[in-house]
Amino acid sequence: MTVSLDASYRPSPDVVARDIEGELIIVPIASGIGDLEDELYTLNETGRSIWDKLDGKMTLSQVIQSLSEEFQALPGEIEADVLGLIEELVKRKIVIEG
Amino acid sequence: MPSQSDAYVSRKNVDREPLWQNRQPRLSHLDIELTERCNNACQHCYINLPAGDTGAASRELNTQQWQDILRQAADLGALTVRITGGEPLLREDFTDLYLYARNLGLSVELFTNARLITPQLADLFARIPPRHRIEITVYGMTAESYDAAACAPGAYAQFRRGVDLLLERRIPFTVKMALLPPNRREREAFARWSASLPWSDGEPQYITTFQLRSRRDNANRNRLICSIRLNPAEAAALQIPSSERGWKNMEQFCSRFIGPAGDTLLTCGAGSSGCVDAYGRYQACMLLRTPELTYDLRQGTLQDALDNFFPKLKDLKARHPAYLERCTNCFLHGLCEQCPAYSWSEHGTLDTPVEYLCEKAHAQARLLGLLKEGEKGWEVNDWQERIRSSTIIKQVDR
Repeated sequence: MTVSLDASYRPSPDVVARDIEGELIIVPIASGIGDLEDELYTLNETGRSIWDKLDGKMTLSQVIQSLSEEFQALPGEIEADVLGLIEELVKRKIVIEG
Repeated sequence: MPSQSDAYVSRKNVDREPLWQNRQPRLSHLDIELTERCNNACQHCYINLPAGDTGAASRELNTQQWQDILRQAADLGALTVRITGGEPLLREDFTDLYLYARNLGLSVELFTNARLITPQLADLFARIPPRHRIEITVYGMTAESYDAAACAPGAYAQFRRGVDLLLERRIPFTVKMALLPPNRREREAFARWSASLPWSDGEPQYITTFQLRSRRDNANRNRLICSIRLNPAEAAALQIPSSERGWKNMEQFCSRFIGPAGDTLLTCGAGSSGCVDAYGRYQACMLLRTPELTYDLRQGTLQDALDNFFPKLKDLKARHPAYLERCTNCFLHGLCEQCPAYSWSEHGTLDTPVEYLCEKAHAQARLLGLLKEGEKGWEVNDWQERIRSSTIIKQVDR
């Protein structure tokens, strides 16, 4: 599946994201996501910043623009991180389009 | 935004990898006992009430109260809730509570006899997995022995059907056998079956140390429970590991807990998570029901209990002369199941030594080469040297 900069993404309803002691923990709810027992996902600091903006409304271009302003970095520097994370999350069925 | 593009997402097994570096959540997991009622009527059980006990059912927390407790547990950072009973599947709202817990992001560890697992429930577990192995207690390998041990005609057929429903859907579960007079000859059959299950670790699990009624509510039943316990030597022999992994687990456990414990009564971590009983009393552990040591969640919160009530229990000291003479100085602390919960159910005190447990620990120590015949664990001074040269270390080093 190709990730598009014009698309918006949001957490899958089949996962629950929990903030525990400052750590973002993603817990699969439905089968088909990380089916091994007791496996959870965590995001690194970069991933966490991007995740917080995945509301299903902002396109990835808008997410990049927003992060660029927030972190005072060039959009081109941020794009690779955003695309890298979203590809990984889509592959793992943790986020879905729209 | 610092770029760390090589690992945006980490997949972690919470049993093996720490999630937190410095801080820990206030609560890591919670046990909840949805009901004391059970569709089996096992004579050895420390807690069961008849399935149709309407008085008990009317006193149980309702759905909303359980949901509130689950929400509090999640807010305190818990990742797992263990749901037990009685038989928790007797609760008509089990599915609602299960889904509520899962949707909070809690993994569910279910203790059940599997008799009430229906195709619909098994389908639910397949669609929304517990994310923890279901733990099934087995009472026999034939209809005759199972139904006799469970005092419930037709129970075996229901148990097998429940197990088959899980197997068909590849829902992970483990089994442990309560060794009772009707099924004692079926140990080998159980061990073979247990080893054949897809999620077996090769070590058959038995329940042999039956606690007396933990609410001290039935003296006749207590006499019966004493009469169906294995003798201490037999029970000890069953706890000697049969696999490499079993020996490693024993070594880890002993290295942590062996050695004289002193006069502090709660040395096991009780009170760091705890168990909520069917009526909303929060216990420091699943077995310790001494009324004055429990906290009423109908009047308070998990957080208040964890912050202000349970810490006081850590100051409890033994005063019973026999405990002070023996248990405080006994290096078999790590092997012995002596604890306030057992003392309470056996004697109504927190610190009277339970002779059955003492004899069992000594029998096990003799089998492991830690004690000679006639020696007592509290009389041994060179216990560290004995541990170094014991069977446990030799097995692990092999």
